[in-house]
Amino acid sequence: MKLRRISSLAKKDLKAYAREPASLFMVFLFPVIFTLVFGVGFGAVGGSQSTTYQVGVINMNEGTSHPEWAQYLIGNLSESSILRVQFYSTNDSAQADLIQGKIQGYAIIPPDFGQSCYSFWASPSNSSSWTNTTVKLYLDKGSMFATTAIPPLMQQILIKTIYGTLPSASSGPITLGVPSLVQVRAFTTFDYFAPGLFAFASIFLIMIVAQSLTFERENGLLSRLYATPTSGGEVMIGKTVSNMVIALIQAALVFLMAFVVGYRPMSDASSIVFAFVMVSIFSLCCVGFGLITAAISKSSGVATGVAFIFIMPLMFLGTFVTAGLSSAAQSAGQFVPSYYVTNALTSLLLRGAPIFSPTVLLDLVIVSIYSAVILVIGILLFRRHERA
Amino acid sequence: MGKTSISRESDEQEKNKEHSDGMAIVVKNLTKKYEDVTAVDRLSLEIQKGELFGLLGPNGAGKTTTVNILCGLLKPTSGSVYVAGYDVLKEPKKVKELIGVAPQVTAVYPSLSGRENVKLFGDLHLIPKNSLERNVDELLKKVGMTQDAKRRVGKYSGGMMRRISLAMALVHDPQIAFLDEPTVGMDPQSRHAIWDFIKELKKKNRTVILTTQYMEEAEELCDRVAIIDHGKLIALGTPKQLEDKHRAKNLEDVFIQLTGRRIREGI
Repeated sequence: MKLRRISSLAKKDLKAYAREPASLFMVFLFPVIFTLVFGVGFGAVGGSQSTTYQVGVINMNEGTSHPEWAQYLIGNLSESSILRVQFYSTNDSAQADLIQGKIQGYAIIPPDFGQSCYSFWASPSNSSSWTNTTVKLYLDKGSMFATTAIPPLMQQILIKTIYGTLPSASSGPITLGVPSLVQVRAFTTFDYFAPGLFAFASIFLIMIVAQSLTFERENGLLSRLYATPTSGGEVMIGKTVSNMVIALIQAALVFLMAFVVGYRPMSDASSIVFAFVMVSIFSLCCVGFGLITAAISKSSGVATGVAFIFIMPLMFLGTFVTAGLSSAAQSAGQFVPSYYVTNALTSLLLRGAPIFSPTVLLDLVIVSIYSAVILVIGILLFRRHERA
Repeated sequence: MGKTSISRESDEQEKNKEHSDGMAIVVKNLTKKYEDVTAVDRLSLEIQKGELFGLLGPNGAGKTTTVNILCGLLKPTSGSVYVAGYDVLKEPKKVKELIGVAPQVTAVYPSLSGRENVKLFGDLHLIPKNSLERNVDELLKKVGMTQDAKRRVGKYSGGMMRRISLAMALVHDPQIAFLDEPTVGMDPQSRHAIWDFIKELKKKNRTVILTTQYMEEAEELCDRVAIIDHGKLIALGTPKQLEDKHRAKNLEDVFIQLTGRRIREGI
């Protein structure tokens, strides 16, 4: 295995992609134009939607004394135009949804919450008779919005629940600070779509790889390469490297265009780098599907059609398109690798999850396994076809 | 490495030497079958080092199949093939380091320039970078492509593509060159330039296996020719020997006598 051969083969592919108008359009211009159109069409430029946070509530006050206070608190939370309340019966189920990014945080109303409020109102000026308690709050640690916006909102609602019209500065069984007003950023539809666009762009590598290999095979170029000391492994690695580079350039172009039309991810530089790593791993999977397509296609024309057998499910079940589909289709997405790319990038770029959060790492592992398996199957099928 | 494997390896080398003494290529009882079609039928040949050898035959005679087996691209059904002393089946990589192949189909990358195509194959043969540039320049000059070297091959004429294809095959100065129809589609001037270039290879003591449909080309260039039909060797010798033997005025007459059909089918 010689690095020089691999780099020469990869450079050859990159030059071909850059110089062939059809490849150039499909690989570079299409994702950029698509991002621009989506950005303008779905509100990254000037448009906005009201922001809401999905917050979980575990009511442990139920069945204990003075449960009406907890209901009053939940009522106040539900009335908020910013918080959307979801109920959980156990800490584990709420924790699981928080880890998966389904909610941005959750609050546990303690069993003595009602008693605490009652004790305050029974004797507002006698602090020694109060039952002190704490409302626990769990937040998505990596989400800047969750950590900055939800606590003050919760505090405001707690104050309203406990003190009613009394001044909040009064001491009480639950010590509350003065909530700071948070300038909340409005998400656009494009913000939700953008993470899926990165995976979407890479998916078309399947067609490009299949067309490139079938063209080389049809025109005797692969045979010619194999008449040199170049091994099949070097040809395959060269092809994989060039397409990983393409995937990274695509991701950079999509990101740049999204940024130009107003997209601002909720993440730091390390998350963006991680997003690129995720895309490059996913590109291996696309190369694998491309190899499978090339193995079963007799010509580059046939390969173009066959490629869509893989492109369609990856696109519809695993990218931004999924948002508009039924829940059954969304569940089916769990069988395609692009779903996990989009999911991880959504956690990173939309929710601001840290790169070491369990949900992101789990997605990375799943995408890596998928990519390794599909790539190996692709190489084996293509090599077997070449030998036949 | 144990003594046994060392002795086995030296036995192998001895055996190879036995096959390669003075011979660039040794083919014994080579057969290639595709289901019920026999493309090459018990072909035996010996080609000396430095020889310019012509492989002639009508379309579908088995020439390209034979060349593909000699290059390690196809596995024979039976028989043995030694190229530069190496068993093609056992050591294909060593064989591929020593050979250069200009295939019948002009296999060139259309989106690369002529120069880039030639350089790519030099890189694949791991030619040192400083000598590669020199080799590429020299070869482009010899095949008359210096002026057009920076243009993309996709915009070349068929003859220009063939010349680039030839340069791609010879960029690493191979010991043995397989040139499959190297002058098809070329104008007479370009064809003669390529003939001169092929003669130069012979002067450098390189072995050339030339497949051609042009009898005057074989007559002009080849030391010996083999005529193959239906995968079988039907004649072998110098053009003069074959002409004398078959009382023919030229090689084309010999060919027509032996194969019973015109070589340039459709013309």
